[in-house]
Amino acid sequence: MHLVYPVVIAAVLFSVGVYGVLARRNAILVLMSVELMLNAVNLNLVVFDMRWADRLHGGQVLTLFVIVLAAAEVGLGLALVLLIYRNRQTVDVDRLRTLHEDREEGARQ
Amino acid sequence: MSTADIVILALGVVAIGSGVMVVSTRQLVHAALWLVVSFGALAASYVVLAAEFVAWVQVLIYVGAVVVLLLFGIMLTRAPIGRSEDLDSGNRIVAIITAAATAVVLVTTLVRGFRDAYFPLKARVGNGSSSVIGAGIFRTWVLPFEALSVLLLAALIGAIVLSRSDIGPEQAEPEPTPPARPRSRPPGPLARRKPRGADDEDTIVISRIDEGA
Amino acid sequence: MIVLAAVAVLLPFAAAFIGMIFGPTISHLLTPLARRLRRSVPPGAANGRARTLARRLPANGPALVAVLPVAASTVLAAVVAVAQWQHPRPRTGTLTVVRTGGIPFGLSLEVDGTAAVVALLVCCVALAVQIYSVAYMRDDPRYSSYAAFVSLFTAAMLLVVLSGDLLALYVGWEVMGVCSYFLIGHYWHDRATSRAAVKAFLVTRLGDVGFLFGIFVLGLAAHSFEIGTVLGRVPSMSHTTLVAGTLLLLCGLAGKSAQFPLHTWLPDAMAGPTPVSALIHAATMVAAGVYVVARLYPAFLFAPAALAVLGVMAAISMLGAALAALAQDDLKRVLAYSTISQLAYMGGGLAVGTRDGALFHLLAHGAFKALLFLGAGCVIVAVGSNMLSAMGGLRHTMPVTFWSMTVGFAALAGVPPASGFFSKDTILSQAWHATRPEHTQAWFASTPLNSGVQRLTVSVPSVPTWTAWLVLAAGLLTAAVTAAYATRTWLVAFFGERRSATGAGEATGLMRWPVAVLAVPALVIGFLGLGSDELRPELGMTLVSLLFVVAGAGAVFLVWNRDPALDPVRLLGPARPFLRDGFRLDAVYDVLVVRPLVALAEMVVHTDERAVDAAVVGTGRGTRRLGGLLRRTENGNPQTYISGVLAGVVLIVLAVVVLT
Repeated sequence: MHLVYPVVIAAVLFSVGVYGVLARRNAILVLMSVELMLNAVNLNLVVFDMRWADRLHGGQVLTLFVIVLAAAEVGLGLALVLLIYRNRQTVDVDRLRTLHEDREEGARQ
Repeated sequence: MSTADIVILALGVVAIGSGVMVVSTRQLVHAALWLVVSFGALAASYVVLAAEFVAWVQVLIYVGAVVVLLLFGIMLTRAPIGRSEDLDSGNRIVAIITAAATAVVLVTTLVRGFRDAYFPLKARVGNGSSSVIGAGIFRTWVLPFEALSVLLLAALIGAIVLSRSDIGPEQAEPEPTPPARPRSRPPGPLARRKPRGADDEDTIVISRIDEGA
Repeated sequence: MIVLAAVAVLLPFAAAFIGMIFGPTISHLLTPLARRLRRSVPPGAANGRARTLARRLPANGPALVAVLPVAASTVLAAVVAVAQWQHPRPRTGTLTVVRTGGIPFGLSLEVDGTAAVVALLVCCVALAVQIYSVAYMRDDPRYSSYAAFVSLFTAAMLLVVLSGDLLALYVGWEVMGVCSYFLIGHYWHDRATSRAAVKAFLVTRLGDVGFLFGIFVLGLAAHSFEIGTVLGRVPSMSHTTLVAGTLLLLCGLAGKSAQFPLHTWLPDAMAGPTPVSALIHAATMVAAGVYVVARLYPAFLFAPAALAVLGVMAAISMLGAALAALAQDDLKRVLAYSTISQLAYMGGGLAVGTRDGALFHLLAHGAFKALLFLGAGCVIVAVGSNMLSAMGGLRHTMPVTFWSMTVGFAALAGVPPASGFFSKDTILSQAWHATRPEHTQAWFASTPLNSGVQRLTVSVPSVPTWTAWLVLAAGLLTAAVTAAYATRTWLVAFFGERRSATGAGEATGLMRWPVAVLAVPALVIGFLGLGSDELRPELGMTLVSLLFVVAGAGAVFLVWNRDPALDPVRLLGPARPFLRDGFRLDAVYDVLVVRPLVALAEMVVHTDERAVDAAVVGTGRGTRRLGGLLRRTENGNPQTYISGVLAGVVLIVLAVVVLT
């Protein structure tokens, strides 16, 4: 089996996830895009595990671990999103701008 | 090009296509559903790659749990059902350029690196069975596994603490009419605001400091 | 015996520190004792003075701490001097040799005849001044620090006199300088006083730099800083080294001994307390320059160029300062200018080759100038003003001061038989000798120099004849002018009408007695010189100089006699303000040195503000402006941030891929 096909699929899927993270406004959609990126990585791990086929099966085991981590991440992420929603009544990422530089304060210095 | 290659390519097209739909659809719920399709296609790819245990775990956790969780999130944040035009932020052009650049770099590198890489898939059958993986996890990787379980517990507790409003630091009751816009700093210096009362010393002091600064 | 000398140096040194730190405490402790003492004195008019003493002295801790060690030092110096007189040979003692990277220097003392006598003079004057100050500075709240500084000064001067090592000598030299600064600036709250102190410090410092380098030149050439060794190796040094070293030493002399062109600090230094003027700016410190040159005289003998420079310097200072003294209105400034003039006599004596004559004049001048200054202090206290115009007719109200100062003025003017007559005429006689070269040669050969040089057989280069003529002419003219201003001051202050309304009475005993006692040496010290050949003035020269003295004094007396109420100096007419300002040298220096320096300093400040500071501030502003550009990107949108991060990662990967 040619190694390039699954690997290229994983790369493209990862890029799609990158686009989603950068372009989507809704926090839940951002989370979904993160899941896409994680899955692309998983595909890579499985493919290379099959290629080397060593005794430890590190690739597949790590895939399982990543799946578990993704689940935990989604749980926490959603909790955060809900908290933000409860406080701000919005989950739009580009409207959460508390981090921005205070213009007046900067000008006064 | 073997059969497996063709199947993988087809599944890959499905996965990528549905992924594109996830990041481009105008309906939130549809995005979650396209995510199911994408995950399913990936699970099928795992099967083709002879990693059946990982495939089932993928189906169980991603399709079964994560997507459901996401749907719950959509509902709890009272997202609009149906088409909404403002799901993309103003960062879209930058996002397209960055993603395209990422894709170009990754694909070029991978293709140039693995142009001649092949592996015998038939010889790998059985490598992904549950007995092999189980043995691997509980023999070789048992310590990371246990650490991961602790992490999972921590994430669980964290999620509970975050999402329950009656735990955590004492916070004031939410205002009767929460503002629609996110709260930000008041637009002008404090001094411009009228003191609430003439004898309200705090306000006076603040305004003095502000004038002096 | 060298131990006694060392103790004599250390006693005032210890007294300075103890007085500075514990002086008031001692007063505090002594007060009950004094009370008991007063009770023990039986009442009665006869015991009035004893009662006063009992009331004043024991309770004054700083005064005790100041006077007693100096008195002890005086006794020790007298013992040393007597021993040196009976067995004249140089005695040296080294406490320790400090090893440096290069030439080691030693903490050593060297006592020879000259040093012993000068040390005795220093101690006597210091003792007189300390006793006098107890009364003069009675009401000064900072008497304690004043007395401590006078003690410290005494110790430093003794170190200069007795030191056997050039670097140790320089230490004493600098300590004297700083004591002078503090004592001139004793009334620092007065702006003019503090300026005078700073001026004195800076001007003498200018000379001190040259002096230090002169020490270096000589010490490096001799590979030793020990005075005896340096002098012993003088004949083997190159002529250039000697001329350079001695000229640099002359800078120190010009600064410390207030010779032209660095003399301008001395008249201003009269802003300090009068006893300080007596001690530092008349009798001792200013003499240190002359003393050091005398100490290192063999080195000068081998560098006639330096002696010629010294002669010219002395001639200018001598006559110029005497003329300036003639025109002064301030009693203390008269004495200050006369000090410059008399020190120039000593310098002139050194220039024409009579080291012993110069030292003789140094001793005589130390005695009569201290006397004059202390007497002037009495007069000033009585009259309440420094101005001559406020004095007059004091001879009846202050008889002791009058007679003492009469002796002092006679010595200053060179009227026989006072001391100044002998010492000045010794110098003039020697100058006359020096105008005839064949005599000079013989004179040098017979002059007993320092021990290390006595066995010299090399013929010593002679002093240029024209220098001798210059010194002789200036000396004779100065004798006339000196007699004129001494007579004028004496007449205006003590004769004629009383000009001040304040009741001028005699000063207190503690002030009066030191003056009276100092009159004795001022009168008789001249006869000591008759015992030796070198110090005996020649009859012919004596008559000539006496002629000049009589001319100067007589002219002033005749003018004064015409109208005793007026100042005889009025005859100088339009030249008087010019002379009074010391030939306007201060103005010249102001234009030549001070203003360019101030302008330079302002330019530096300006550059600092406009260029250096502006660069720093500009860097800050530029950075902030650049930061302002970057601040635009801080819009608070995390998606922008992540875009940047990912784009950066892609770029880095791209770079890695392309470059490798």
